[in-house]
Amino acid sequence: MADTLPSPPPALLRNGPGAAAILSAAIGSCAFGVFAFAADAVPAINHALAIWKPSGALSGVSTAGIAVWLAVWFVLSRRWASRDISLLWVNLASALMLIAGLLLTFPPVMDWLQAL
Amino acid sequence: MEISYRDLITVLHGMGFGAVFMLAFSGAIGVLYATSAAGPRVQPSRWETRMFRFYLISMAVLAWLTVLSGAYIIYPWYRAAPPEGTTDLSLYPRSLLLSSPLTSGWHELGMEWKEHIAWFTPIAMTMVAYVFIKYGPQLALHRSLRAAVLSFTAVAFFATAVAGGVGAFLNKNAPVRGGAQIILYENK
Repeated sequence: MADTLPSPPPALLRNGPGAAAILSAAIGSCAFGVFAFAADAVPAINHALAIWKPSGALSGVSTAGIAVWLAVWFVLSRRWASRDISLLWVNLASALMLIAGLLLTFPPVMDWLQAL
Repeated sequence: MEISYRDLITVLHGMGFGAVFMLAFSGAIGVLYATSAAGPRVQPSRWETRMFRFYLISMAVLAWLTVLSGAYIIYPWYRAAPPEGTTDLSLYPRSLLLSSPLTSGWHELGMEWKEHIAWFTPIAMTMVAYVFIKYGPQLALHRSLRAAVLSFTAVAFFATAVAGGVGAFLNKNAPVRGGAQIILYENK
């Protein structure tokens, strides 16, 4: 007789914490693109975001982008900690925001938007 | 055989942190796919789980070290304004690139893209490491989570390739130099 029984499969974890991490990373990336574009397009914002002079506006763009990402992650992870979320919408929104963030950091797109 | 202090730090940024991070990518995709494809009934050993976690956390740490050293140590050297009347711009890479229409694009397109897109990588890899640690083999049952994690890993790879590739070309056209000379080897 066998001494041990096969261990039962572990309980399925809720997808909420994972969804919160994914969506907040996408929002943070999009925010990064928005801040980068704003600093490039508006001299006053560029000046305001230069919180550490040697790195110029990049210091403020990166700090603000990371702050948005972590703040959104903190809020969503608390709200979705024990929930199952529709990942179709989370993934769709994340993909769109990631693409928007990537485009907003691409200088020709920045220049094209500023020329509109 | 000498190297300037700034050259050394730039090499550490690009080849020490960035290149090692790039080399780790194929392993990360393999780890993520293999672990999640096997499913929750196939439990990796404790040692394997620890190694996978260590691997992904190391990648995220390397990504953060790369962007932080780039933005807060090397970028200030790159963008330093030359004093009035300076004719030799070799210690001022940004001004050197902008001084000629043949090289200005390296700054206006190359550096301005690189300095921003690089930040997508540590954000994405931190998320990837978190989701992997949280779910592990259960990612096989959360197919949408797995798809998102692999997509973010691909975006991180793209962002790193852009930043690293542009950085290499920038360093060819206007290397960041200066600081104390460090003797690496002396031919007696």
